[in-house]
Amino acid sequence: MPIRTLTILLLLGTSAAPLAADARSDAKKQVQFGIAVAQRGLWREAIYRWERAVQIDPKYAEALNDLAIAYEHEGDLEKARVAYEKALELEPNNALIKQNYELFKEINDRTTRKDSQDNQNP
Amino acid sequence: MTGRLARIARTTRILSSVAAILLIAGCTNYYEIPIETPIKPKLDVSAFQRVLVAGFIAGGTDDVDGNLETTRLLRSQLRTKSELRVIDTDVLPLMEVANEDKGAPQEANAESPKTDGKTDGKTDGASDGKEGKSDPKVEARGEAPQPASPDKAAVIKDAKDLEPYEHVFADVEYWKKIGEEYQNPLIVTGTVMFTPHQRSGIVQREEEVYDSFGRRRVVPVRTYMERKGYILQPKFIFIDGRTGTVMHSENFREEVLYNANQSTPALSSYFELMDRLIPSFLSTLSSQRIKGTRVLLE
Repeated sequence: MPIRTLTILLLLGTSAAPLAADARSDAKKQVQFGIAVAQRGLWREAIYRWERAVQIDPKYAEALNDLAIAYEHEGDLEKARVAYEKALELEPNNALIKQNYELFKEINDRTTRKDSQDNQNP
Repeated sequence: MTGRLARIARTTRILSSVAAILLIAGCTNYYEIPIETPIKPKLDVSAFQRVLVAGFIAGGTDDVDGNLETTRLLRSQLRTKSELRVIDTDVLPLMEVANEDKGAPQEANAESPKTDGKTDGKTDGASDGKEGKSDPKVEARGEAPQPASPDKAAVIKDAKDLEPYEHVFADVEYWKKIGEEYQNPLIVTGTVMFTPHQRSGIVQREEEVYDSFGRRRVVPVRTYMERKGYILQPKFIFIDGRTGTVMHSENFREEVLYNANQSTPALSSYFELMDRLIPSFLSTLSSQRIKGTRVLLE
């Protein structure tokens, strides 16, 4: 009985690994296409591709990083922040994601500071 | 024993190749890409086609006419960097308006307001009796901004001296009247304090030193220094010309210090400090794009 259970578990384990690999490979294709179009200035298409990549593989930190950059470029700073933070949650030691996030934060902090700064009557 | 060693060696080889593969797989491709982050304006000014930089209540030093210079600078910046049409007119005599509103003419009131460019010949003191305000407030129009009297600026020496005048910005009726006069523009006004400032203390600077072998080194040196400069504290107030109400206001503070032996004209310090504020001022009215570079990952 334990041998059968072990066999089933082993089978499940071995079949799950290629599935994850497939997802990552599909997502990577989307990411690569997104990069190619972003380099040509087609940011909307890039966003579509990177969103697809994240749908396919929600743990793909690089795709989230790229998506965050695209949101930033489009001025959607809140979405960019969420995407960067998810990417860093998945890969907290990725120096490039960290660097992008730091640069983003500089701008984001500036705008949020401005918003909270005043709006009071004289 | 030999067989065991061979097994260990084989396992080590396998493990090291797996590690190498993982390492290569971990090295993702990356691409630097320039981006431009659009920053939305803080104020929705889509309802306005025109902007009136009305003037400022200014004080601090007599060397710079903060009212006139700020008005000129903001008008020229808005002309080139915003989509709003800038109204060219005389600077409004806000100090006088504030004094009239209080109904107690003060020292500054003794000076004639800068309505010299008036063409309708009305006198400055002609009060209409309505809330103590008088026509000159809206009459101050002409071809170009007129310099404010230096004596007026002298009245206001620090931020506290500004307080008695600040109520003018909340005078809805007055601003509504101005708005009607200029076809409901967005009105920019406020206060500008430009004050001389000096500070002495320990300053760290870098100094070149040569050792006994003639090698040059730069070392940080802490020295006591007397420094002087200026502090610029503008408050920009944005008023809806249709309703006369304040839409938004912003305070800024910038300062600059120079070595005591360095003589920098007050006006150039003023422009140096205003240069730092202008992007923030403009971002209130128009969207800005911040250029940068990010790294896309595969």
